[in-house]
Amino acid sequence: MTETFYEVMRRQGITRRSFMKYCSLTATALGLGPAFVPKIAHAMETKPRIPILWLHGLECTCCSESFIRSAHPLAKDVILSMVSLDYDDTIMAAAGHQAEAIIEETIEKYNGNYILAVEGNPPLNQDGMSCIIGGKPFLDQLTHAAEHCKAIISWGSCASYGCVQAAAPNPTQATPVHKVIHNKPIIKVPGCPPIAEVMTAVVTYILTFERMPELDQQGRPKMFYSQRIHDKCYRRPHFDAGQFVESWDDEAARKGYCLYKMGCKGPTTYNACSTIRWNEGTSFPIQAGHGCIGCSEDGFWDKGSWYARLTDIPQFGVEANADKVGATAAAVVGTATAAHIAASAVKRAMQKDAPKGDQE
Amino acid sequence: MTIQDTAYRSEPAVYVYEAPIRIWHWVNALAITVLCVTGYFIGSPLPTVAGEASDHFLMGYIRFAHFAAGYILAIGFLFRIYWAFVGNEHARQLFLPPLLNRHWWSGVLHEAKWYAFLTKEPLKYVGHNPLALLFMHFMLVWGTVFMIFTGFALYGEGTGMGSWQYQWFSSWIIPLFGQSQDVHTWHHLIMWVIICFIIMHVYVAIREDIMSRQSMVSTMISGWRTFKDNRKTDDDI
Repeated sequence: MTETFYEVMRRQGITRRSFMKYCSLTATALGLGPAFVPKIAHAMETKPRIPILWLHGLECTCCSESFIRSAHPLAKDVILSMVSLDYDDTIMAAAGHQAEAIIEETIEKYNGNYILAVEGNPPLNQDGMSCIIGGKPFLDQLTHAAEHCKAIISWGSCASYGCVQAAAPNPTQATPVHKVIHNKPIIKVPGCPPIAEVMTAVVTYILTFERMPELDQQGRPKMFYSQRIHDKCYRRPHFDAGQFVESWDDEAARKGYCLYKMGCKGPTTYNACSTIRWNEGTSFPIQAGHGCIGCSEDGFWDKGSWYARLTDIPQFGVEANADKVGATAAAVVGTATAAHIAASAVKRAMQKDAPKGDQE
Repeated sequence: MTIQDTAYRSEPAVYVYEAPIRIWHWVNALAITVLCVTGYFIGSPLPTVAGEASDHFLMGYIRFAHFAAGYILAIGFLFRIYWAFVGNEHARQLFLPPLLNRHWWSGVLHEAKWYAFLTKEPLKYVGHNPLALLFMHFMLVWGTVFMIFTGFALYGEGTGMGSWQYQWFSSWIIPLFGQSQDVHTWHHLIMWVIICFIIMHVYVAIREDIMSRQSMVSTMISGWRTFKDNRKTDDDI
């Protein structure tokens, strides 16, 4: 019988008191009432931990780095232990063939019952040769592991949307997981990286309720991705008042005004940074004085500039945006109209001068 | 034109634009103006106002004006569609350009030639001339539809996932375009398409009023189309 989460925790020297703290914090993070704390605790105590295979494709490991920095210390121990017991090439002890063997073992042992967590994505060009794991393309590993899994968690923007390696021109054709695997439920947890508490809460939710959290149209858990950064930003009053930072070193920047004009992507980015924040709730980009770059949104690398409100339209040149393209078009139409007015006036003048027989 | 022409104006005037159409036209024009101005300032806000945030609501008011005008545009457009069913035959024309009618296309060509100074005289229409109808249908009607859909999709982001605006518009339009930023960009671009349309529309209406064979600007005020000669008209409807 597989150990429960609670057993793993106790074995690692975590007190019951700390365990209960974790349960209540997680319940809060999930937006659940106090009544759910014992339910979470009960699930943690009684249910065998969910085996998770954590695969790494084309990625930078920032998701793993974020994950192990989950604010309440227990989360990292609990969830991390659970993961490392199976497969995560960054943090597990095994290496080489020994490590790869674990995948097969897990797939066999928990056929149809394990969660496949994917960090990064597979490149499809050059027969997938741009990402080789254990001598084989990552694409093979992914499709094989996905075939037998219960559900997939797409960790981070790489797995969810493609992120930097899929940015134009995307030479390796890095492709998000949901465009490769079509027959499994996929939960996206985008962000570069996603917030640690969001990651642990998602795993806890799946364990406690034995189902996926409620997802939005794009497959993101609603509890963390249903509002924009802008909607909960503490600088929002300055936005509504019309008080903006105009340059990085101005008085408004020192006063902490809204970063909208500096290209903050808060108004178009769905994430929980402005509520949960980072590093044990210490801060988040906007609080540190830099606009949001929209890292949890689809294709954010190609939706620049990070320092302008209006998105660049590279098809019309490096510096073009909607207003520049539009104003140019309007100027062309305006000029043409003016020329047409002049031509019409000339025509009329000539008609008036012409002999009468020319007219109706 | 000349005094002689005035004497020939014997054909009776035709009542083309019923009162609801005229009211819609001018309300719509006002709404579009407010939407373009406030929309521009939402994308590129005015300079920072000094003082405490609690003393000001400038961006809030600009956004409110935009949303209010957006609602007026959308509701007005729905009413306009309704009136296409219950109004006179001219009320339907805007939505149904006879794109399969060869004679109508020859009318488009003739009007294009008229604007390229290649023909001496425009044709004479009780309703819209074919070229005007072509532009109005594709730039204004479809432009408005696009702006209403993308506009509500962006608005729904603010009202939140439980709202009808989100359910009906944001939930499928935002993923369709990719993400919110793309919807913003397209919403901006089509604003400029509509601005280009307005430049042409205003110019052409005044020019037609002066140079063509029927009244134009006054018709959208009084509803009556008057003519400058008594030859037969070239309408397809």
